[in-house]
Amino acid sequence: MSEKNSPILEVKGLKTHFFTKHGVSKAVDGIDFTLRKGETLGIVGESGCGKSITSLSILRLIPSPPGKIAGGQVLYKGKDLVTLSEDEMRKIRGNEISMIFQEPMTSLNPVIPVGEQIAEALRLHQGMRKKEAWIKAVEMLRLVGIPSPEKRAKQEPFQLSGGMRQRVMIAMALACTPEVLIADEPTTALDVTIQAQILELIKDLQKKIGMGVIMITHDLGVVSETCDKVAVMYAGNIIEHAPTEKIFTNPKHPYTQGLLNSLPKIHEDQEELQTIEGSVPSPYNLPAGCRFASRCPHQKPLCHLQKPDLIEQNDGVKVRCWMYTDEWTKHTEKEGAVK
Amino acid sequence: MMMFIFRRLIQTIPVVIGVTFVVFFIMQLVPGDPAVLLAGEGASKETVNAIREQLGLNRPLLVQYFDYLLNVFQGDFGTSLKNSQPVLDEIMVRLPITMELAFFSIIITIVLGMAAGIISAVKPYSLTDTSVMLVALLGISLPSFWFGLMMMYFFSVKLQILPVAGWDSILHVILPALTLGAGGAAIVARMTRSSMLEVIRQDYIRTARAKGLREHVIIYKHALRNALIPVITVVGLQFGALLGGTVLVESIFAINGLGRMIVDAIRMRDLPVVQGGVLAASLIFVIVNLFVDVFYRFFNKRIELN
Amino acid sequence: MVTAAEKKVLLKVEHLKQYFPVKSDSIFKPKAVVKAVDDISFHLYEGETLSIVGESGCGKSTTGRAILRLDEPTDGNVLYSGKDILSLNNKEMRKLRGDLQVIFQDPFASLNPRQTVKHILNEAMAIQNVVEKPKRMERMLELLGYVGLPQEALDRYPHEFSGGQRQRIGIARALAVDPKLIICDEAVSALDVSIQAQILNLLKKLQNQFQLTFLFISHDLSVVKHISDRVMVMYLGKIVEIADKKNLFDSPLHPYTKALLSSIPVPNPVLKRERVILKGDVPSPINPPSGCRFHTRCPFATEKCKSEEPALRELTENHFVSCHFAEQLSQ
Repeated sequence: MSEKNSPILEVKGLKTHFFTKHGVSKAVDGIDFTLRKGETLGIVGESGCGKSITSLSILRLIPSPPGKIAGGQVLYKGKDLVTLSEDEMRKIRGNEISMIFQEPMTSLNPVIPVGEQIAEALRLHQGMRKKEAWIKAVEMLRLVGIPSPEKRAKQEPFQLSGGMRQRVMIAMALACTPEVLIADEPTTALDVTIQAQILELIKDLQKKIGMGVIMITHDLGVVSETCDKVAVMYAGNIIEHAPTEKIFTNPKHPYTQGLLNSLPKIHEDQEELQTIEGSVPSPYNLPAGCRFASRCPHQKPLCHLQKPDLIEQNDGVKVRCWMYTDEWTKHTEKEGAVK
Repeated sequence: MMMFIFRRLIQTIPVVIGVTFVVFFIMQLVPGDPAVLLAGEGASKETVNAIREQLGLNRPLLVQYFDYLLNVFQGDFGTSLKNSQPVLDEIMVRLPITMELAFFSIIITIVLGMAAGIISAVKPYSLTDTSVMLVALLGISLPSFWFGLMMMYFFSVKLQILPVAGWDSILHVILPALTLGAGGAAIVARMTRSSMLEVIRQDYIRTARAKGLREHVIIYKHALRNALIPVITVVGLQFGALLGGTVLVESIFAINGLGRMIVDAIRMRDLPVVQGGVLAASLIFVIVNLFVDVFYRFFNKRIELN
Repeated sequence: MVTAAEKKVLLKVEHLKQYFPVKSDSIFKPKAVVKAVDDISFHLYEGETLSIVGESGCGKSTTGRAILRLDEPTDGNVLYSGKDILSLNNKEMRKLRGDLQVIFQDPFASLNPRQTVKHILNEAMAIQNVVEKPKRMERMLELLGYVGLPQEALDRYPHEFSGGQRQRIGIARALAVDPKLIICDEAVSALDVSIQAQILNLLKKLQNQFQLTFLFISHDLSVVKHISDRVMVMYLGKIVEIADKKNLFDSPLHPYTKALLSSIPVPNPVLKRERVILKGDVPSPINPPSGCRFHTRCPFATEKCKSEEPALRELTENHFVSCHFAEQLSQ
């Protein structure tokens, strides 16, 4: 394994639960993945699957109460972020692991000039002096493609468009050249033509800086264009984990298949879109067996009894489904025999 | 922005005229005939009528009003019935004192109120929060004169560490300013708390945390600046209540300010002084409100355009 | 599908303008105006689905609202079955509204949280008086059946339903009054992909069942491709291209349409394609660029584009585009 592809972030068995008066919400319930240097990992899923909570958990930004990291490890440079002190965590946030959020309109402080919002991170983490930090902040704005950065740095967010604000967020996140960038739905709130610009920008900067990127999105198109590997989440678990191409050309898990089939595709003609019956189980009341079983066209009694593990197949794809285990063939044989 | 200030200034004119109108006509409702009062006890009917003629009190009210208005714009607020001195002179002597009192009281309101509000907001629903809010509730509910008298009794009479009355040193300022400012402080505390709680929930605070900023930087630099914007309006509005409160506080602590002047004049039926004093207080209020409006508008513009 | 022979024009929009005044700071400066929709004309044929696509600020939602007179248009004509809608008084307009219904984007905000489903449907029917009181219950159950909601839904409140279900309620409400035309304003944008699929299938089914005409407003070209017969692309208050769906997607003529199509991230990593990534931001609709509004971001812009506004003209059959160089660019 070359140094270029060494793992920088390893998440093992991460669990984040919320303790509310309605009960315990197991929003993230056992997540495993590895991010390597220079790689883009996509975490994809529909609303409520736990992908945003996963990213917030990595940086320990979960509001606590009522949330709590209930188990697992997040290994970064040999340290477990889950057990780190708050002070040590602060040194990592915005410095070695940065995050950009979905809503550029509300994610920047409305009364502080954007240049200052970048400069303060530089002063804090890199120990720069005021003037130095300001010059670097303007440089960052130039790097992310904002015209007249010296002028813009003194402006407040309301004077910038949505696309520009997102660029500012990126500049802020990358100012201290982090090892990992977590992008939580960075383009969902933007127009499609601006979205293309921003994704292109992130890709460029990733190549320049050599960081790992975790791209969280519900948009499979975005995943296809930007990610090297994909983890598909459903009801708090990863149900399929594979290189991007394999997910699209040969999806294994019935949920992934259902998701891909329900997409209206620009380059194909479809009469009727395929849909997935039923709805996502509540995180307060998760079923005992496979969480997708009740909606699965291939469901069997085995699926309802026990939750399958995330198992790696011969082609390197990891999938959490009984169909890809020996138990399945035994089960169906049994059924055949009985019939 | 300049346009806004200009427009507001223009708007102030009808307001000021309206104030003079209201003040004048309210005075007409006060029982007691000024001519009789001026003539004194036991004056003959002819004397009273002569005085009435002389003062022009038998002209139609509207005429009297316009005359009054003209005088006001020329700086003539009338003449005291007691000492025949121009009312404006008396006002100008007392005004600075009241302004000082108001100034210190507002400082108390702001400093105490915001501090309490921030402390509560940082640890919501904790024991600190509940106790501070309880004290705030008391501050709003307890009558200020009772509060003032209690403090005077405790600190000046019993403990003898603060003077009872007068206005000579900084020590004289403490109790009156506290009395006057406490009610406003309580309101500001509650307002600050709720505003801070709302701001802390915003996305940009989450971004600030994600940057690894220290908690106190997040509270004071990022949250407070946004949270204080609605609080500023409240403080501005409090000023009006404050002016009204000076009447009581100056009387209790024997301070020679505008409020006390008005109270004494009422007691002595010195109507021109009462009229002049009320007019002066109203004008101050209008001016202060203008400043608050401009100030608020300046801050709001950034939020509006966001 | 509607064949060319059967094409009857249901709605005709002529030179529609919708300007919104912007508060100005000074009495000396002229009042600024947002030209949200700036002189557009198009037809809507009976039984078809015409989609209006564009990015934020292009005027697509404003067009929908203007047609329904939810905002009074600044200028222009809207002819429904030959009748000029804009000249009707309140009473006449109200009667017409039964024919023109709308489904909004936000399934959370467009239903009154204090009304049960029964109440919502009943109110719709009562206002338009399409069904007599005794028959209403029967009709309500029928409607729920069409949109795939259970009978029990009648006594429940909006907050007890999911986003997709609320959208179904919105559709049922629109259907309750026997409409001819339904305007869908980003009707599926707020829904998860799998729910979106369900709703799109439902809309298609209902269109066939009730011979409905749809004006489908969306920013999502993939959805638009799936559901439309014809597509209209808008940019900064102007129409830049109108065509049959197949023609628009297979051979787009306007540079903006091409850029739009190539910006969409495609869930197919194997597909190789040429991407046109536009530079710069969308200009402000208060001060739109001179000449062709797209010239500031167009990779092919010339001096002519800066000074002269191109007219919407028919290039190939039923394919309209407003670009000076559409012929040359399509080579």
